[in-house]
Amino acid sequence: MHKSLFAAAALTALVAATPALAETHRVSPGEGAQERLQEALILAEPGDEVLLDAGRYALTDGLSLDVDGVTVRGAGPAATILDFSTQQAAGEGLLVTSDDVTLRDFAVENPKGDGIKSKDADNIVYYRIRVTWTGGPAATNGAYGIYPVESTGVLVDASEVSGASDAGIYVGQSSKITVRNSVASENVAGIEIENSRDAIVEGNFVTRNTGGILVFDLPNLPVMGGGNVLIRNNLVIANDTDNFAPEGNIVASVRRGTGVMVMANENVWLQDNVLTDNATAEVMVIAYPLSFDDPDYNPYPRDVVVATNTLGEGSDNPDIEGGEMLAAAFGGKLPPILWDGLSEGGDRTALMVHPDYAGWTLNLQRQGQRLEEAQPGPLDAPAYGQGWNIDDWGAPAELEARLK
Amino acid sequence: MIARLALAASLALATAAVAAPRPAPVDQAAVLEGMPRSLSDYGFFLGGPDHPAETLIPYALRNPLFSDYAEKHRFIHLPDGARLTVGPDGRVDFPVGTALIKSFGYDGEGGTLDVIETRVLLRREDGWLALPYVWNQDHSDAALKVAGTRIPVAFTDPSGEAHRISYAVPNKNQCKQCHSRNGVIAPIGPVWQEMVFPREGDRERVAERTSFPPNTLSPSARWDDPDAPIAARAGSYLRANCAHCHSREGAASNSGLYYDEALGPYAVSGWRKRPVAAGRASGGFEYVVDPGKPSQSILIHRMKSVDPGIAMPEIGRATVHKEGVAVVEEWIGTETGR
Repeated sequence: MHKSLFAAAALTALVAATPALAETHRVSPGEGAQERLQEALILAEPGDEVLLDAGRYALTDGLSLDVDGVTVRGAGPAATILDFSTQQAAGEGLLVTSDDVTLRDFAVENPKGDGIKSKDADNIVYYRIRVTWTGGPAATNGAYGIYPVESTGVLVDASEVSGASDAGIYVGQSSKITVRNSVASENVAGIEIENSRDAIVEGNFVTRNTGGILVFDLPNLPVMGGGNVLIRNNLVIANDTDNFAPEGNIVASVRRGTGVMVMANENVWLQDNVLTDNATAEVMVIAYPLSFDDPDYNPYPRDVVVATNTLGEGSDNPDIEGGEMLAAAFGGKLPPILWDGLSEGGDRTALMVHPDYAGWTLNLQRQGQRLEEAQPGPLDAPAYGQGWNIDDWGAPAELEARLK
Repeated sequence: MIARLALAASLALATAAVAAPRPAPVDQAAVLEGMPRSLSDYGFFLGGPDHPAETLIPYALRNPLFSDYAEKHRFIHLPDGARLTVGPDGRVDFPVGTALIKSFGYDGEGGTLDVIETRVLLRREDGWLALPYVWNQDHSDAALKVAGTRIPVAFTDPSGEAHRISYAVPNKNQCKQCHSRNGVIAPIGPVWQEMVFPREGDRERVAERTSFPPNTLSPSARWDDPDAPIAARAGSYLRANCAHCHSREGAASNSGLYYDEALGPYAVSGWRKRPVAAGRASGGFEYVVDPGKPSQSILIHRMKSVDPGIAMPEIGRATVHKEGVAVVEEWIGTETGR
């Protein structure tokens, strides 16, 4: 008796874990779309797919998904549009709080807060997702377009974000990240990797933002110590939009015309990118400039490498106080790489640069020092040695398998 | 004022329950299995929200969560032979088969509550399940709305200001957004020293079934008690309204802002803490809490907004809680850096 009961229980457990019973929940736009779509997202079981027919879904509230292993699939980022123009509540258009979720082939337009946020949602895939604030850059737009946070395993591929008043694609407090083949335009920050580790940012087209690709670490957060970031094969071109972030945000201090900016991070490698027409600096490497009270925080850049890249015709109209005079002092145009001169000290180098590239330094003497006290001069950065082993960086391979 | 009203209303309810016909027992199977489509399937109420089964234990909270000035009636259903445990922080651990029941509504004629919805939290073998039920027009029953809904509501707040809002019944996921610790659903209200039992003898009856921690559990200041120190009142208010997300285990764990911890000159309280992912919700201000400067503090800016991209909390609030904002403003205003 006992034995057979046990067998039955085991069988039930097996059936529950088998994805072979996966169902498709099909949703179409029109009357009651908010409730029908939200209900599908709630009633889906692990392994199921929520299929969004083509069309425009007029949504009045944020949506959320809290079931592991669900795929939400539209008919393409130009065809299936989740329209949040009349959103009345929630901090984002779509919130995902479960693991192993795939979001693909749909668009989110005009969310009041963030576009799609995934929090504590491990192994998530964003594929052919578009988040657009259709009125173009505006301080009244939401903050982040694609926003995974506190997650291990993030793959953003073939996606597109424009108009975010903070960052288009923003990955925070996460690890094992790949952001690739995506377009970020007309955001304050195009792509931002913040307080995160083991990230690969590759093959993206990043243009007309205020700053292109940002790699930051900030204090007073549960996850700090950002590092291990590879930035390669990106086109970071003409990031020339005036900063439209509301004041107070850390990105509000990003200068118009910043290509790649690394702040307070370790082991960041830039290679084979095309960085051009970014009017302040193609590459900027700095320490966290503000005051902070957090003994666990390291405000300095450590081991940032500018390897072989194409550094183009930028740095000619810097968004810096006295920029014109500075440019004149350097012969009409600033060198493409800017360092604030600050490092941790000891044997930890802040910045290493390919010997072919020119740079300049503010020669600041201490963290938090004001820019007015800078004593600009040519950069004499050491060359770098061998490349690093990056086998453990980037999204786990099993996330790739979902892109079929 | 609000707290007193709620208490009086609960007492009235309790009396009504006694006068009602002998109740059918609560259907324990509905508490333990499936997602019943109708609230009547449980047997918690006898033909309407004003007639709770007499086995339900009404309770209130010293510092309730603000929900658009809605009145709330809370009840506990305990299974037969239930034993409860109170943790070192006062959090009550309920046994399988427990239901926590909370009705939301606005004052109607003659001191009754015009109930809109009733949310239930069911303690099952595999954890807690949160489900929202919306009452029909004649209050004969309430239907499960897993995807939530919006209902137009008109009411007058305690200051006499009239409001017309689109009242939001949360969907099942939104229930979890607040009722979540480490990604698992958990009750947030029932903390022993914060619970008020309006019906005579209930506190003693529950206590008889409960194991308590050895240390003393002291109740927190009421947020609306003018005689309590302002920092304690603000702390109570922020704990009741923010800490379910803003804790190290909650939905806002990534913010580094934690209101279940001691309030004071600490970054986790927002004290000179710069915004991280606030976006435009920063309002152009530098700090979450700028001591001495409530009008320049992001915390106040977000409490005062109803814009979904700015407002805190993110769900469950379409009006500004003027009285609550005033308490937090006063606290920030009296703090002058340290």
